[in-house]
Amino acid sequence: MAKFKKSAGSGSQSINTASLPDIVFMLLFFFMVVTKMKDAEVKVTVSVPSASEVTILENKQVVTYMYIGKPKQPEIYGTSTRIQLNDAFKDPKAIPVWVEEEKKRIPAVFVNLFTVSIKADKHIKMGILNDVKLKLREANALRIVYSSNKGKSLSDQ
Amino acid sequence: MARKQRSVPEINAGSMADIAFLLLIFFLVTTSIDSDKGIAIKLPPKLPPQENPPTIKKRNIWEVLINKNDQLLVENEWMNIDQLCAETKTFIQNPGKNENLSESPQKAVVSLKNDKGTTYGAYISVQNELKRAYNELRDEYSLGKFNRKYEELPKGGKEQQEALKAYPQKISEAEPEEIGGENPYK
Repeated sequence: MAKFKKSAGSGSQSINTASLPDIVFMLLFFFMVVTKMKDAEVKVTVSVPSASEVTILENKQVVTYMYIGKPKQPEIYGTSTRIQLNDAFKDPKAIPVWVEEEKKRIPAVFVNLFTVSIKADKHIKMGILNDVKLKLREANALRIVYSSNKGKSLSDQ
Repeated sequence: MARKQRSVPEINAGSMADIAFLLLIFFLVTTSIDSDKGIAIKLPPKLPPQENPPTIKKRNIWEVLINKNDQLLVENEWMNIDQLCAETKTFIQNPGKNENLSESPQKAVVSLKNDKGTTYGAYISVQNELKRAYNELRDEYSLGKFNRKYEELPKGGKEQQEALKAYPQKISEAEPEEIGGENPYK
């Protein structure tokens, strides 16, 4: 009678996991590259407007963010619209100093590409934005981006 | 004579996956893949105080006003925002050589003015429409000339430069009116 050799252990064969670390490392590197560490907690509610003609900011190195909106914790910060630079609420007057600080942070070759991305709530009044723009002009930060979602702009007013 | 084989101790790589997973999860959690998008504009540089702004012929200026109730006034006439893009295009191109519209696309300037009390959302939609007018014109130009849309042309190449030259985007923002606003920070 023919003998059938029983495979070691009657259970299923173990899968070779030698390449598992490679796969995981690949994923790891992907996430390491795309990660941008959150540098500031956003303390204002911002729902950005939507627009169809948006440009995507490719070079994240040169971009600095500014948040404008109503504070998330009105019991502490009140209900008036505030401007958040880095971690704190600031006056428009503080913008030129802030711009200088932020410009130091980016590589010297990119200084002329320095961009301020304004993440402002769609319900704020332009009066604030005018103050901000005036100060940015003063600080020679001329490239700005009104952060907005890609979508139809007319319908959501 | 048999040489004594020196055995290289093998490193157990079994926990490698665990370590990699740990790091992977860390980066997964901290990642935010939100590529920032938005309407890019360039502010004009500060003018030296003694210098007067350049004078532009009245017919080359396309005046767009947004009041505190987010209503549009274009060339002193009330306009709905749906029409803005098409009307702006007509102004820039001026196909019928109308005397009140621009002399040429190169000379056309869009002047945008808003009140203190205008909402940001409305301002963005107007900016968006104006930008769309220019983008569509450039697309039309590239389609006619190179058979491809502006975006599909080589980036920063000669063709794109040419389209840019044909339709330079000149959106000027006037100093805002001080009217129509209680305290905007409220």
